[in-house]
Amino acid sequence: MTNEKKLSIICFSGEFDKAVAALTMATGAAAVNWEVNLFFTFWGFNIIKKKGGHALVGTGFLARVFNLIMGGRKSLPLSRLNLGGASPGLMTGMMKSQNVATLEELYQAAKDLGVNLYACEMSMNIFGMKREHLDPSVKAVIGVPAFLKYSEDGQTIFI
Amino acid sequence: MDIHTLDITKEHCPMTFVKAKLVLAKINSGDVLEITLKGGEPLENVPKSAAEEGHRILSIEKNGESHVIKIEKN
Repeated sequence: MTNEKKLSIICFSGEFDKAVAALTMATGAAAVNWEVNLFFTFWGFNIIKKKGGHALVGTGFLARVFNLIMGGRKSLPLSRLNLGGASPGLMTGMMKSQNVATLEELYQAAKDLGVNLYACEMSMNIFGMKREHLDPSVKAVIGVPAFLKYSEDGQTIFI
Repeated sequence: MDIHTLDITKEHCPMTFVKAKLVLAKINSGDVLEITLKGGEPLENVPKSAAEEGHRILSIEKNGESHVIKIEKN
């Protein structure tokens, strides 16, 4: 039987708008007492980097270049109408003017609400990252079996 | 017993629920939180989720365009 009080989200995408969508679902669910698990994998891994901007982090030349180009949570592009990187800032301004929570506010709220943040072990290896390169609030670095265990009997969505 | 206030009339989903939950988590057991909110989903779900957590809904009163919910923390 499905436990309707548990939501697990596979955060695959590294775009600003998709991160907002995932964190809106996560914080909304946590605020009404659901257990919430976020599994950050591949491009979504950028959301949980300790350094929010563009930075040379990781081990290995290619990994460091990739991480520099991709950046972190504060440099995520929009999936549409990115306007050369100007849109996330413009969108954040629009969100503030309408009193809608920004990406950073949602991320902080997720942590304050006790949302479980999990990093994908495979992605960490691909991008040459180590535990110290991640936000200290990340609960654990896990693989698929552990995620399946944590998400079992709940609802799982892929963003 | 202290009385705390929270105005979420200008907030939008999910911060309406998020702010209510975070303030309730911070105050002491037995304290009262007065939340001013709009009708619709916040009015329906803020008291519901607070009650699910074991807090006591003392009153829900209409105040002009807003509503004021008094919640006693368990």
